Amino acid sequence: MSEKEIKNLEEIFEAKIARDEKIEPKDWMPEKYRQTHIRQISQHAHSEIVGMLPEGNWITRAPSLRRKVALLAKVQDEAGHGLYLYSACETLGVSRDELYEQLHTGKAKYSSIFNYPTLTWADMGAIGWLVDGAAIINQVPLCNTSFGPYARAMVRVCKEESFHQRQGYEIMLTLCNGTPEQKEMAQDALNRWWWPSLMMLGPTDDESVHTAQSMKWKLKRKTNDELRQQFIDQTVPQADILGITIPDPDLKWNEETGHYDFGPIDWDEFWQVVKGHGPCNKERIAARVNAWNNGEWVRDAAMAYAEKQENKKVSKAS
Amino acid sequence: MSDKKNWPLWEIFVRSKNGLEHRHFGSLHAADAEMALENARDVYTRRSEGVSIWVVESKYITASNPEENGEFFEPAADKVYRHPTFYELPDELKHM
Repeated sequence: MSEKEIKNLEEIFEAKIARDEKIEPKDWMPEKYRQTHIRQISQHAHSEIVGMLPEGNWITRAPSLRRKVALLAKVQDEAGHGLYLYSACETLGVSRDELYEQLHTGKAKYSSIFNYPTLTWADMGAIGWLVDGAAIINQVPLCNTSFGPYARAMVRVCKEESFHQRQGYEIMLTLCNGTPEQKEMAQDALNRWWWPSLMMLGPTDDESVHTAQSMKWKLKRKTNDELRQQFIDQTVPQADILGITIPDPDLKWNEETGHYDFGPIDWDEFWQVVKGHGPCNKERIAARVNAWNNGEWVRDAAMAYAEKQENKKVSKAS
Repeated sequence: MSDKKNWPLWEIFVRSKNGLEHRHFGSLHAADAEMALENARDVYTRRSEGVSIWVVESKYITASNPEENGEFFEPAADKVYRHPTFYELPDELKHM
C-alpha cells in the first residue's frame, strides 16, 4: 500500500471513531491502534489473572462459610474476566501463548496493586472496597471504547464487578462494628491500601504518555487525574460511614471546587513497584509460572485424549 | 514456546432463554467440544445467563471481508422498492 492510500484509510478510520462507530477485528486499523490495544487489553487480562493470587491466599482462612463462598465466587469471576479479555485480545491477531509468554517473562505489565501483600482478613475487605472500587471507575468508561470486542467484554466485567465491591465493603462494615481489635484491623487495612489504590488510577496527567492518543481513540474517556478525583470524592463518605480515617492529613472538602483536596502521592514508590521492586512482584510471577508449568501435563493429556477420540471417529466412519 | 499442539479456539453462542436466538458471547480454548461446552458454561453462564450453548471451532467459521463490504453488500443498495415506504398511498388509508 502506498503512503497516500494508508493516509486515506487512516482518515476514514479516525472519522469512524469520531462518529462513535465501533471498530471490529477484521476492519482495517492503523498498526499503532492494534499494538496499543494488544498492550492495554492484555495488561488488563493479566491484572485479572494475577489479581486472583492475593485473594486466593485467604480462601482457606475465610472466617465463615458465607465469606468463603463469596470470596471463592469473586476469585472465579476474576478468572472469567481474564478469559473474556484474553479472547478479546486474541481477535487482534496475537495468540494466547504469546500473551502468557509476555506475562511470564515480565515483558507485559499488570496492575501494580497486586504486588502488595494481603496480611490480614481485613485486606479482603479493603481490596473489594478500594481496589475493586477504583477498578470500576477505570472500567465503566471502557464499556464505550471504540474497539468492539473490548467494549463488549467490559460490559460483562462491569456487570459482575459491583458484587465484588459490595462484598468487600460488607467485610469492612462488619469489622468496624465489631470489637476494638477488629476495627483496628479495618483501619490498618485502609492505611495500607489507600495510597496504592490512588496510584492504581495511573500516573498524573502531565506524566502520562499515552493519554492524548488514548483519548482520541476513546480507549480512555477521562484522564487519570479526573478518575482519581472521582474515586476520592466517592470513597471519603464511605469511610465516614465505616467510622475509620483515611490516612491523609491533607484530605479536606473544598467548597469552591466541589471536590476533596488531597495530599501528595509518593510516585517514587509507584515507579519502584512498576519496575519490579514491590513487596511481592517476584512471588506473584513465580506463582503464576509454577501454575502454568505444573499444569502442562494436564493440557497435554487433554489434547492427546481429544486427538485419540477424533481418530476413533474417523476410523469408524471409513 | 514449543511447537506442541495447543488447545484450539472455540466460538461460543448462548441462548439466554427459550424464544431468543443463540448469540455470540465470546471465545475460549478447549481440547475438545465437550470441554468447550463445560468451559463455556463456567466462563459465560455463571449467573444463569443461558439455557443452551453452541460451540464451534473458530477455524470452521468463514467470515465476509469488511474491505469488500462495498461490492459485497452493493446488491441491496439500489432496491428501495423492498421497503414499504417506497409505495405511495393516500393518507386516508390507515394502518397499512
